[in-house]
Amino acid sequence: MKISRIVALIIVLIAASFFLVPLYATFQFSLQMLRGQWSLQAYRSVFSDPQFLSTLSYSAVASLAAIVISTLIIVPTTYWVRLKMPRVKPFMEFITLLPLIIPPIVIVFGYLRLYGSDSMLPLTVSTAGTNVMLVIGYATLSLPYVFRSVDNGMQTLDIRTLTEAAEILGASRATIIFRVILPNLRAAIVSGAFLTFSISFGEFVFASLLNRPAFGPYLVQIGQDRAYEPAALAVLSFALTWACMVLMQIFANAKPGTSARRRPAALFPFARRKTA
Amino acid sequence: MSFLTITKASKSYGANTVVREFDLSVGKGEFISFLGPSGCGKTTVLRMIAGFETPSAGRITIDNRDVTLTAPNRRRIGMVFQAYALFPNMTVADNVAFGLKVAGADRATIDARVKEMLALIHLDHLAERYPYQMSGGQQQRVALARALAPKPQVLLLDEPLSALDAKIRVSLREEIRAIQKQLGITTVFVTHDQEEALSISDRIVVMNGGRADQIGTPFEIYNQPATRFVASFVGTLNLIDVTVVDPATGLVKIGEQTIALKDVLAASAGQTVTLALRPESGSILDGARGDTALTGEVVSSNFLGSVVRTRMRVGESLISFDMFNSPGFAPPALGERVTLRFSAADLLVIRD
Repeated sequence: MKISRIVALIIVLIAASFFLVPLYATFQFSLQMLRGQWSLQAYRSVFSDPQFLSTLSYSAVASLAAIVISTLIIVPTTYWVRLKMPRVKPFMEFITLLPLIIPPIVIVFGYLRLYGSDSMLPLTVSTAGTNVMLVIGYATLSLPYVFRSVDNGMQTLDIRTLTEAAEILGASRATIIFRVILPNLRAAIVSGAFLTFSISFGEFVFASLLNRPAFGPYLVQIGQDRAYEPAALAVLSFALTWACMVLMQIFANAKPGTSARRRPAALFPFARRKTA
Repeated sequence: MSFLTITKASKSYGANTVVREFDLSVGKGEFISFLGPSGCGKTTVLRMIAGFETPSAGRITIDNRDVTLTAPNRRRIGMVFQAYALFPNMTVADNVAFGLKVAGADRATIDARVKEMLALIHLDHLAERYPYQMSGGQQQRVALARALAPKPQVLLLDEPLSALDAKIRVSLREEIRAIQKQLGITTVFVTHDQEEALSISDRIVVMNGGRADQIGTPFEIYNQPATRFVASFVGTLNLIDVTVVDPATGLVKIGEQTIALKDVLAASAGQTVTLALRPESGSILDGARGDTALTGEVVSSNFLGSVVRTRMRVGESLISFDMFNSPGFAPPALGERVTLRFSAADLLVIRD
């Protein structure tokens, strides 16, 4: 092995240890709830808390709703901008970056001012209205990720020529979008969706300020009250995020005609694999 | 009887006019090529026929039906794109079936037509493949089958061979021509490759600056170019500026040498006109035939295998000529004075 490769390996190991050592330490700590022995007691305790399951499912539903909303907004808009108004694209990029620039706390206070009890559309006065606001907030937070993955998907697709090819064969706009554009954007939409999911699933600021029973505030609450359970929860949410990333990999690499189930290699994104 | 007619079609984007008063009528079953450099407006005319661009002025009719403002999906036109544009999520068979499915044909009709089309392009065995599993040449053949499947009235080919390598390009263009003849479909082909246009077309439209410079058979375009642009773009014609001495007898002067043209010149004495001479129309061998001779100094001589390409200077002009290689003929040396003999009938007067 060449010296340069050894040096490179050492650098990679040092960098990786920044992530892996704390993760391992957290994991080990989560196993030490019973004195003097390794056990999964902390996990048992987490799962037996009814609040855990209720906040988990609340956040899951809210995140899924946010995915649907942001996809419905972003896909047709990006398609139209690319096809008919390419000059507007820099503006789109700027707008969709704003949620990364403006702190969530500013956004949520803006929403509270706009949709508070004395506004034209008082969303905060009812539970359902506040839930809607939370979902809209999550959709806003997801804009940078969904827009970029959908836009990249369209970039590789050459949607203009595909649209024209379908059009000259007699297809209507709706047929083109549903039979040609959407199926080919599946990977991009799914990876945007998983990013949205992993962001909004453990989100704290929106959920806390809107006083919703979501997973993020629950995590913080447990962190203040308990010793071992937060470590178990951290490991669990890491596993969930990792699962999202793996699913993204599978969908991003799946080609038509090859089902993901037949390609187990996709479960191990770091393993070398043959490309078709 | 013309099937596809374009009448005084123009297209402008703001102040920029890319097609000017373009007139063309194409007979049923005819194969027409638009030939020209990039930016000459050939693709814009094609896209106006397809309906992707609306003419700023003028009319387009297909089979006596005015389609100038008809949407592309109602024109019954087939089109093949440079980038293939197959639908990546569909198999070859589904791609070919797409136009028929959209038109609401029944299952049995679709299956039969797809089979027929795949047999036509000799790809029946790849019906279940996806586009990414095929070579460029195969994808383009599928694109052709897809365009032909719904039985379009007109077939448009937008530089379909440009993305392919040289060998496939030649074999596929022969295949396209054979299929076009077999189906008798009216076809418009856009290309910037003169050899492609000359070899495949019934007629060629040579385009320059948004206008049709000349419309004619490949033979006419190559042998009787109408303008300086056509002469320089098609083939490798020599363009020689000469001074008119006597228009009535066709006498002109090149440097210090005087030659007589076959025709009366429509110019006055002392004016400069441009003559064209094909490189293969003369010879410098002793005893070569020809009623006209020009003597000049050799400035370059390239041995290209079967052909020897020589350039000589006559007055201000450089004249290049090709001669077949033969073991008894040594290529002329640089600086040597040679006499090129040719027939005065081969000299064409070119207008700008």
